[in-house]
Amino acid sequence: MRAAVLLFPGLNRENDAMRALQQASGVKPTLVWHAEHDLPAGTDVVVVPGGFSYGDYLRCGAIAGRANIMNAVRAHAARGGLVLGICNGFQILCESGLLPGVLMRNRNLRFICRMQHLRVERADTAFTNRYAPGQVIEVCVAHGEGNYTADSQTLARLEGEGRVAFRYCDASGQVGGDANCNGSMNDIAGVYSEKLNVLGMMPHPENLIETIMGGTDGRGLFDSLASAAAKAA
Amino acid sequence: MKARVTVTLKSGVLDPQGKAIEGALRSLGIEGVDGVRQGKIFEIELSSDDRASAEAVLKEACERLLANTVVENYRVELL
Repeated sequence: MRAAVLLFPGLNRENDAMRALQQASGVKPTLVWHAEHDLPAGTDVVVVPGGFSYGDYLRCGAIAGRANIMNAVRAHAARGGLVLGICNGFQILCESGLLPGVLMRNRNLRFICRMQHLRVERADTAFTNRYAPGQVIEVCVAHGEGNYTADSQTLARLEGEGRVAFRYCDASGQVGGDANCNGSMNDIAGVYSEKLNVLGMMPHPENLIETIMGGTDGRGLFDSLASAAAKAA
Repeated sequence: MKARVTVTLKSGVLDPQGKAIEGALRSLGIEGVDGVRQGKIFEIELSSDDRASAEAVLKEACERLLANTVVENYRVELL
């Protein structure tokens, strides 16, 4: 799997993403600076990591979403290439138009940093083929603006087309109530593009890949990507 | 030419910051406030003095960057 990890000023999770990708595939990803116009030739997966691009000025992800490299990412996605946005990366993908909706301020107005259970809504995508449908995984969240918001038609479309990737839930897989940490509509923690080749998610699977870090439930996502890329090759 | 662009949340979009400010006004004892919505103002200097071209530039700026039209409205004023 040849992975490209994008770097914008203010991101801080790029090394975590690189480590998770390398662990899954055995291949060191390439770090790509935002001012570049092209992705490395043969890129299978583009990862937009988390952090605070441009200090979250204007709106989270707004300035990064319009950077040069995003034109190349849009072209990669249009060809069916895989794109994963995590946390600020999810916000950037929404602002760039690659995913619908927007991440608003958390309902409780606080920055939330904690462990969080997620329900894997489907296990037949390039991102989740190593999980089981409905499986509950435990990863972590760390964000101030993760409150997924979209108009009612967009929301109905996402639900109707099976494009909700993950929902916030409790340890038993029950959604709603306090399990929804940030107020996201329909408990949405991650969404897919129309062709299921672009995924944006607020939680951090890349930080739960080693037992010393408190769990390995995030590994499945990167193993899924590696196996999807191997199959496509 | 100078311009002012005001970006506000569309009605119906939850505005937790506005709600917090509304609560703070209440706790200060300032009465008679029924609701607060927070927005942004941009003061912009334009190189052109032509109103039509200024409006076109500002519309493009709003649509492409200043506002996220999924949840925000914008208003342009030439000063």
